[in-house]
Amino acid sequence: MAELYQTQRAMRNIRRAALQRGVIGILDIGTSKIACLVLRFDGTGTFRETDGVGPMAGQVNFRVIGAASTRSRGMRRGEIEVMAETERAIRTVVAAAQKVAGVRVDHVIACLSGGRPASYGLAGEITLDAGRVQDHDVASVLAACDAPDFGRGREVLHAQPVNFAVDNRTGLGDPRDHVGNRLACDMHVLTVDGDVIGNLVQCIRRCDLELAGIASASYASARAALVEDEQELGAACIDFGGGGTGVSIFVKKHMIFADNVKIGGQLVTQDIAQGLRVPLPVAERLKTLSGGVEATGRDDRDMLEIDGGSDDWDGRRRSVSRADLIGIMRPRVEEILEGVREVLDAAGFDSMPSQQIVLTGAGSQIPGLDGLAARILGPNIRCGRPLRIDGLAHQFTDPGFSSAVGLALFAAHPQDEWWDFEMPANTYPARSLRRAYRWFKNNW
Amino acid sequence: MPEVIDHRPNRQPPPVKRDPAPSRLQYRLERMWLRPIWRRAVRIGVPAFLIAMTAGLWLADEDRRAVLTDGVHQVVRKVQSREEFQVTTMVVEGASPVVDKALRAMLPVDLPASSFDIDLTALRLQVMQLDVIESIDLRIKPGGILSAVVKEREPAILWRHARGIEILDRNGHRVASVTARDVRPDLPLIAGEGADLAVPEALALMDAAGPILPRVRGLVRRGERRWDLMLDHGQRIMLPATGAVIAMEAAMALDRAQDMLGRDITAVDLRNPSRPVLRLGIDARNTIREARGEPLLGPDGKVLQEEEKKKGG
Repeated sequence: MAELYQTQRAMRNIRRAALQRGVIGILDIGTSKIACLVLRFDGTGTFRETDGVGPMAGQVNFRVIGAASTRSRGMRRGEIEVMAETERAIRTVVAAAQKVAGVRVDHVIACLSGGRPASYGLAGEITLDAGRVQDHDVASVLAACDAPDFGRGREVLHAQPVNFAVDNRTGLGDPRDHVGNRLACDMHVLTVDGDVIGNLVQCIRRCDLELAGIASASYASARAALVEDEQELGAACIDFGGGGTGVSIFVKKHMIFADNVKIGGQLVTQDIAQGLRVPLPVAERLKTLSGGVEATGRDDRDMLEIDGGSDDWDGRRRSVSRADLIGIMRPRVEEILEGVREVLDAAGFDSMPSQQIVLTGAGSQIPGLDGLAARILGPNIRCGRPLRIDGLAHQFTDPGFSSAVGLALFAAHPQDEWWDFEMPANTYPARSLRRAYRWFKNNW
Repeated sequence: MPEVIDHRPNRQPPPVKRDPAPSRLQYRLERMWLRPIWRRAVRIGVPAFLIAMTAGLWLADEDRRAVLTDGVHQVVRKVQSREEFQVTTMVVEGASPVVDKALRAMLPVDLPASSFDIDLTALRLQVMQLDVIESIDLRIKPGGILSAVVKEREPAILWRHARGIEILDRNGHRVASVTARDVRPDLPLIAGEGADLAVPEALALMDAAGPILPRVRGLVRRGERRWDLMLDHGQRIMLPATGAVIAMEAAMALDRAQDMLGRDITAVDLRNPSRPVLRLGIDARNTIREARGEPLLGPDGKVLQEEEKKKGG
């Protein structure tokens, strides 16, 4: 844990240095699409009413000066499969965004969607010696959380204190200076495969970029897609991506659960390609332009001309009805939603005070998805688009970019994590004390 | 299986899709190019270096340098020797013929010449070294005329010193040298060390000595602080260091009232203005001594005692 603490702290320091330099890059590496935003932190804090942009929920200390997105390469189910291909994709998108921005990007914040995320709720408790909560007590209680065995090769991606309790008073956001005898905390820890993170770090490093932070993609998209009330009252955000569907649950402005369903939009495309015997690009085009999940009588008469794209005669021009297409897509989408339902059930979403569910991600643009999701997941469904941020071009505001926008918010205002608090002195490794002793002995 | 196979002879293979990703080198170069310092170095430094290097290589050859400087000089000369810049005549105003001739001789170039070749400031400094010229106004007028308006110093007094005789103006500045006093008999004469420093006072004294001017031979500066007015017959009027003109006027008043200077007096000592002292001539003193029965004085001012004793003895 101490090693992780150091690396995460180092990333925080890099992030702070990047903010001082004023330019930071956002890298959303997805399975089907990779996006890069270049943010400039100029700290003016001004917004222009003439742009038709409101106060933007306090997200005004940065603006997007360059954005680019391209097709992702070498990725499979949110994980890097071919390192060199992914590196090329990162180079492409970073070069394009830099060209738009006109500045060089040195520090990036990236997100990770795959890697078998696992959520843990940890609880810790200490007695307060001073009778009141002091700064170091917060760190002590966080360190006192008893961590279960995460498994081999698991890395902690997020460790956020969700709730503090002093004596009987619970639900405190900031327990400092509260009077009491006992401090307890709940911490949400998200772990992912260490190798997946290692691959991502390696890929980014090979593009001459420095990693200033890393976040879970489901967390990032929830931060962009959930409005503040939903984050406060409790909501689930479902991010329909290409290679997987991210699920995260927020309450009291903290993420308390995150998971990933390993079925995504690419599987739907594969089904269409197999069912209609068309190449994958054609299937992708059919899905995005004419896809749907609710068939009506009109869809039977709505014939789609398919250009087979192959050289042979009979594959060249065919026509299928739109109802056929919907008939292929719907079972797969239902399967995704069933998977999400299972994840939500496992997380105990039913017992949450609010049953709000927000659909985001590029897959949420399938017409009729909200109706289907309402039947499977629950009645309170809405399709969420990412928060407005200053300077973002129109084509980057659709739901597919919510994790990129969420990463930008994460870069500007990261939530407190465990490593943001000073580690209590008694848990410092003995090695550093020995080193200090040796230094004194050698120099005095 | 495709039922129709394309067997056309020159069928092009499908074009290989280009990888849209920049190569690692290209990516690094682009990022380097986005650095402001690098960009500035390439945009300003490289052209500047190239220009400097080309110029340096071209100028490294002696002949090319000579050609270049010759060309530049030719162009400059061509412009400077245009008709508009030519000075054809020199007009000197307010100068005596001697000075006029000297001025024309001082001009470093032969007219007609370009006005760029005439350095008016240097010429003026050179001309101002002539003592006779008090001020000169040199300018090139339209029409190619070099105009010199000269103001000469007016001779006011002669100064005889150990090295000769000089003419001074009324401020004591040298105008010219003369070989003899007879060259300018109209000017008063002064003598002595430092007399040129008190020329205005000397002129005032000469004005005050108006009634006896025919008898005045000159003024002698004594000890660089006071004047002696020398008259003929060896008479002199010793004037104080301060208030010399007033003392002079007092002496003139005495002379007018009592014909003082017509008597046998060798010196009028006015150095103490409140107590004028007269030094009598040897004949006058002997007359007085004779009347008193005292021994007479010889021409050297000594008492003729021996002769008296010899006569008496």
